[in-house]
Amino acid sequence: MATATNVAAPVARPGIIKQLPAKLRRLKLPWTAVVIVTVMVVCAAFAHWLAPHDPVGINMLESRIPPAFTSAEEASWSHPLGTDVMGRDMLSRLIYGARTSVFISLVALGTGAVVGTTLGLISGYRGGWVDSLIMRTADAALGFPTILVAMIIVVLMGAGISNIVLAVAITVWARFARMIRGDVLSIKQLDFVTFAKIAGLGSPMIIIRHIFPNIISTLMVITSLQVGQVILLEASLSFLGLGLPPGEPAWGIMVAEGRTVIVDVWWLSLFPGLSITVVVLAFNFFGDWLRDTLDPKLRRL
Amino acid sequence: MAQGHAPVLEVQDLRTYFYTRTGVVKAVDGVSFSLKEGETLGVVGESGSGKSMTALSIMGLVPQPAGKIVGGKVLLEGEDLLQKTPAEMQHIRGQKLCMILQDPMTSLNPVYTVGNQLIETLRLKPGNRGRGIKERAIELLSKVKIAAPEARIGNYPHQMSGGMRQRVVGAIAIAGAPKVLIADEATTSLDATIQYQYLQLLRELQEDTGLSIIFITHDFGIVAKMCDRVAVMYAGRLVELAPVRELFNKPAHPYTEALMRSVPNVDEEVDHLYAIEGQPPALDKLPTGCSFAPRCPYAFERCVQEYPSSVTVGESHYAHCWKLL
Repeated sequence: MATATNVAAPVARPGIIKQLPAKLRRLKLPWTAVVIVTVMVVCAAFAHWLAPHDPVGINMLESRIPPAFTSAEEASWSHPLGTDVMGRDMLSRLIYGARTSVFISLVALGTGAVVGTTLGLISGYRGGWVDSLIMRTADAALGFPTILVAMIIVVLMGAGISNIVLAVAITVWARFARMIRGDVLSIKQLDFVTFAKIAGLGSPMIIIRHIFPNIISTLMVITSLQVGQVILLEASLSFLGLGLPPGEPAWGIMVAEGRTVIVDVWWLSLFPGLSITVVVLAFNFFGDWLRDTLDPKLRRL
Repeated sequence: MAQGHAPVLEVQDLRTYFYTRTGVVKAVDGVSFSLKEGETLGVVGESGSGKSMTALSIMGLVPQPAGKIVGGKVLLEGEDLLQKTPAEMQHIRGQKLCMILQDPMTSLNPVYTVGNQLIETLRLKPGNRGRGIKERAIELLSKVKIAAPEARIGNYPHQMSGGMRQRVVGAIAIAGAPKVLIADEATTSLDATIQYQYLQLLRELQEDTGLSIIFITHDFGIVAKMCDRVAVMYAGRLVELAPVRELFNKPAHPYTEALMRSVPNVDEEVDHLYAIEGQPPALDKLPTGCSFAPRCPYAFERCVQEYPSSVTVGESHYAHCWKLL
């Protein structure tokens, strides 16, 4: 038996590049979601190269052109998805809208994640009144409707990107804080944390070096599951006119602009609306996949 | 092995209580003992008798917020650890006092290499910085008899066996050159041969450094092999303290006697293994008198009325039992 395995062992290992397709297949990536997310991120990053027209360039002579695939006589491939009431190219506005969404979501989510994770770590590790204080604050933040928070901020500070970011971050941090705290509560019971204390490490060191690396997978899962929510939230706030000024390329604003003329100029609301739906779904699928993949209980099977 | 020096560690009337919804749990209730330099003290007793909680109380790591040290003194080289601030205790842990936990599989952080975790502890000592630190880590690994320490230093815990991980834990524990090492069932989860090697290693380290060891176990074989003196705990109290030979030859406390009888002997053929009748008392509902009285074959009236005081049985041999008076 022993010789048989010894003979079998020295088979040349295929190179990493050759292994890559097999490894990718084993991951069972949600391909549709991955493609949609990639397209969105590419659009956001290279909007100025990809967009065929100026997204805010008004041209009244070319207003309300239907999408190219319709049988209308004005339809042409120079405006594949048609133009809006002001003659602005829909496709270009959608591409720039992706940039707005990605930018706002990233900044808001990043702020929320950093603040929420830090507070969650402290709350879970310290326990006692610190924990109670942070968790009750988080409960309060979650209990407040985000739209209301955004309206208060806009009333107090005026409309603008930074205020949308602030409104979203105020809601999002609490979700991070609660999930992370739960994880910390179980990790801090583990022997290696006790042993680190025994070896004389201080609390900040234990939190940063021993607890944080063990919550990273949770952090990734919450983040990916929150992206969809945040994009939706940003779109709702823009729709209500609480964010960017009207006319700016943002999906929520575009849906709002088409609302009054939805019967005649149906493509104004349809395309941005579809974009929001598809992208949020894609991020949610991706998040679900990530959760299942990173779940140690499932991984060991 | 025992040297006649002044005690390094002296525990006096230590009391650690837990305040729970159902009442006060007296996990450690008036434990006193002392430990000389280079000495090994065994602490035996069944699960829940307060062995580990005594160790955690000495380390200043009683689970918060339910647990509280309500009385007594823990004197390390004459200084009372219970009067120290948390920051001072943090400095004492790892440098003067250290502890090895039971399960080597969970004592190390899975996301770092063992070298990384060893160096992290070495850095805690002031002035211990810079390039020499990796060599110090390799030196420590070879001190705990890890083969090829230069290669092993880059291993993650999951790449090592249980015995090797416990050696790494040992290396981290002695990194700060502590005076007292508490081994809390440190060999329980290792298999017999590895266990023997590990005990051998601890003895060698002790001979090299003059370390004092508190060995918490429920294995009398280990006690006989490792310890100079033995403390027997029952229901949060220390019921008997004796030099190891004395304890084996003439156990004074009925509980110690019963405990020894429950260890099976290979040479004897018996139909039934001996077991102590009944259950240990719940620590929040301790009887007024001796906690062992309900299970004790010798118990008489006085035993259920008041807790026995310490009785000197022989030279440095004490037991808490009315029968001995």
